[in-house]
Amino acid sequence: MNTPLRRVGIAMMAMFLLLLANATYVQVIKADDYRKDPLNRRVLLDQYSRERGRIIAADDTPIAAVEKTTDRLRFLRTYADGPAFAPVTGYFSTTYGTGGLEHAEDDLLNGSDDRLFARRVSDLITGRDPKGGSIQLTIDPKLQKAAFDGLAGVTGSVVAIRPSTGEILAMTSTPSYDPNRLASHDPAVQEEAWEELNAPDSGEPMLNRSVDAIYPPGSTFKLVVASAALADGATKDTQVDGRPTIKPPGTDVPLPNFNDSICGNGVTATLQEALAKSCNTAFATLANDLGKDKLNKQAAKFGFDDKDLEIPLPVATSTLGPMADTPAIYQTGIGQRDVRVTPLLNCMVAATIANRGTRMAPQLVKKIIAPDLSIVDENKPDEVDEALEPEQADTLRDMMVESEKNTAGGGKLNGVTIASKTGTAEHGTNARATKPHAWYVAFAPAEKPEIAVAVLVENGGDAGLQATGGKVAAPIGRAVIGAFLGGR
Amino acid sequence: MGSPVTGADGTPLATANSTSPGFRPSTKRNTAELFMLAFASIIVTGALILVEANQEQELTMGIVWLGLSFMGVMTVAHLAVRRWAPNADPVLLPCVGLLNGLGLVMIHRIDLAMEDVKFPNGTTWSDAAPKQVAWTAISLLLFCVALKFLSDHRTLARYGYTFGFLGLIALVLPGVLPSFIAPEINGAKIWLSFGAFSIQPGEFAKILLMVFFASFLVQKRELFTAAGRRVLGLDLPRARDLGPLVAAWAVGVSIMVLQKDLGSSLLFFGIVLVLLYVATERAAWVVLGLTMFCVGAFAGWKVFSHVQVRVQNWLDPFADPSGSGYQIVQSLFGLGTGGLFGAGLGGGRPDQIPEANTDFIAAVIGEELGFVGLAAVLLVYMVFAMRGLRAALSVRDTFGKLLGGGLAFAVAFQLFIIVGGVTKLIPMTGITAPFLSKGGSSLLANYVLVALLLRISDAARAPKAAPAPRPQQPAIADQFTVMVERPK
Repeated sequence: MNTPLRRVGIAMMAMFLLLLANATYVQVIKADDYRKDPLNRRVLLDQYSRERGRIIAADDTPIAAVEKTTDRLRFLRTYADGPAFAPVTGYFSTTYGTGGLEHAEDDLLNGSDDRLFARRVSDLITGRDPKGGSIQLTIDPKLQKAAFDGLAGVTGSVVAIRPSTGEILAMTSTPSYDPNRLASHDPAVQEEAWEELNAPDSGEPMLNRSVDAIYPPGSTFKLVVASAALADGATKDTQVDGRPTIKPPGTDVPLPNFNDSICGNGVTATLQEALAKSCNTAFATLANDLGKDKLNKQAAKFGFDDKDLEIPLPVATSTLGPMADTPAIYQTGIGQRDVRVTPLLNCMVAATIANRGTRMAPQLVKKIIAPDLSIVDENKPDEVDEALEPEQADTLRDMMVESEKNTAGGGKLNGVTIASKTGTAEHGTNARATKPHAWYVAFAPAEKPEIAVAVLVENGGDAGLQATGGKVAAPIGRAVIGAFLGGR
Repeated sequence: MGSPVTGADGTPLATANSTSPGFRPSTKRNTAELFMLAFASIIVTGALILVEANQEQELTMGIVWLGLSFMGVMTVAHLAVRRWAPNADPVLLPCVGLLNGLGLVMIHRIDLAMEDVKFPNGTTWSDAAPKQVAWTAISLLLFCVALKFLSDHRTLARYGYTFGFLGLIALVLPGVLPSFIAPEINGAKIWLSFGAFSIQPGEFAKILLMVFFASFLVQKRELFTAAGRRVLGLDLPRARDLGPLVAAWAVGVSIMVLQKDLGSSLLFFGIVLVLLYVATERAAWVVLGLTMFCVGAFAGWKVFSHVQVRVQNWLDPFADPSGSGYQIVQSLFGLGTGGLFGAGLGGGRPDQIPEANTDFIAAVIGEELGFVGLAAVLLVYMVFAMRGLRAALSVRDTFGKLLGGGLAFAVAFQLFIIVGGVTKLIPMTGITAPFLSKGGSSLLANYVLVALLLRISDAARAPKAAPAPRPQQPAIADQFTVMVERPK
């Protein structure tokens, strides 16, 4: 009986050899395919359990940090002052992925970015746990909080830019949300938060209104039209239409000034007065006189129609619309019809004028810092375009200073000259019955600008149909400027 | 073979030992066993420490106590072997101890991983490790009892038919009982459930039926060795001798039908085939058996959708990676991610692998210990099976040879079926990995199997009784002449 037993032994050996050969095939030859398969959740989980880099503000205040935990994922993302900074940081969730900068700079924060490659190799050799890189922002946390407080109770956005460099000093959006709940390691907490934030009546707290939403700019767009006129050879004394109301050719719908007020002498007015008093008739006819090509060209110099704008958050494209017929061009001239801008771009318009016509690329990320705190990359101010001649920009600035003088609303600052423009943008299918959006774009000090802001309050906040940019948005903008200039 | 059984096998060996000079003292082997058990305990404790450290659990002296108590339990088993089977192979128990200990560590490790997981129905994971520790203690108790009361394995042969009857009942019971007592779990009806307590009678049937077949075949082997017709170079058995083979085939197919348990069906068929082959020493039985297996398998594939699903998932698991192919796909991901050296004990993601602590425990080992670790575990099994086979080869009675060979093959084949399934070498069928997987019945039955193997090995290695004094030989010249068969 021993012979068959020995053969059984050989068969057993063969079975073990087959298992070993197959295990070799699976674990050595095919291993990489399986490891990298998109269905393999381990890669994702590994990233989640790696020590993620921090997001820190311009003054080194951490706004997104990590905390060590004892659970499976080992590190918990924490956000100091979550709601105020959420439009900047975004969120980091094991269930719902990432948003905001957490998404845009994910490779860097989780450490897989090529710029951290050398570091990763040394981690591999030394057996150190890989860590993500950190990013330092241009955000001034005090200003960010001031802007967030300014928007308390209303739906809207505040963006502040340093005109000379394009650094974004503040970028807020309300209503906001607390990304800490989405970062929780308890899936139930995450789920509850996610469903609450995405409920139909939640007021879209996860929408970053500064860059993801586009709004009709209303009268603030007159800065672009005025720029086109100045570039076309006009001066601040050029006479423009001053009638209380006009009917653009090809339509019976009248286009009136605000409250049918008279500009200049009732027939003509200077360009400066038209801007200061925000005369609709003046800018509607001006737009038509310039024509859509010149309007588009000037707008593009400010950054309209730039589909690739990233800060590195992708920015929704601002546009003038098709301007298909003459009435459309009239309406475009006063920032209505199909004109749409993001609050960020509207702030860029103000910042460009403040920077004497030179448009700087907007920046949110200042430095990229390796886990060993060495600086991997540093963003330098980047000139993108010459939107206006410096003299033309100065003229426009003077006109905006006059505009500020004509702007009502509280919060005026002592000892600071502000250059500004308000806007009250109608929207909706029945514009007369829909509460208008209130705008305020400004920069200060007018003589040597250090900050440009754009304030948008959706549907005029609580001011209802009577809302105007001056009443609703201007006090917020002035408070932000005051916080920045007074806070130093 | 069939050499006459030496009567001294069953008698208390201690006396034989002490009286017969020239044999290695058994204490030396036993000490080797103790050292190997200590080594296994150190590996198991080390594995536990690694798991705890990697899972960020607090390292306390408790772990050392756990390791020491594991060693204590194994020492008790060792003392039982030393007392009741002193000549047994010293390698068998340490192999089992190592596998069992590693299994306990892995089950505990999977408990840790599942702590954070919340199931969709709101329930949470209940730890399996404490239960398995209790089962280990019970199994070792039964192991000692079996060694003590079964002083001679040949006693079993006398109760062959009783065991066969019990085995059949145990095997078929879950299939025919109503589902409140024999619930269908994961598509297989192989459990008997009594409240919180459930057993898998098939695990015991495996051993009971092996004892029956071995004793039956030993009694009737003359019938099977008688040649039938010779067809195509094969000595085909006579039709009336086919009975046991047909019976085995019928049992295998009926398991497949009644219980949807493809793994056990395959296991039984393989065991019967091997026993038949070893008993008859005729390859014809193997050929015939494999033919019948193929017919049965093909018919099963044609008729049963669950067989088709298994085959489909084997051929291409990625056709439905989140549905029916999910288990095998996740297993392959785990194995592939583990790669050559593994993610480290406690560093893998066993929560991603379904049924991690039972059917797919080999995948978890492959992920955390890599190919190297998986191969090491497989080799421990191989050493165990080969040492078992060696006991069968050297034991002097045919029943012992047949039973020992069958037991050794059963462990190897069971491992082949489950690990082959997990690594996509063969279609996946749900059975346990002996000693490693969670499951009380499996552990209990396999420890009884070890006790039987140790008993056979003890008989095989026991020193022969002191030879009876030789009768005075007559002078050569006075001898008879004998007819000598001419060498073929």
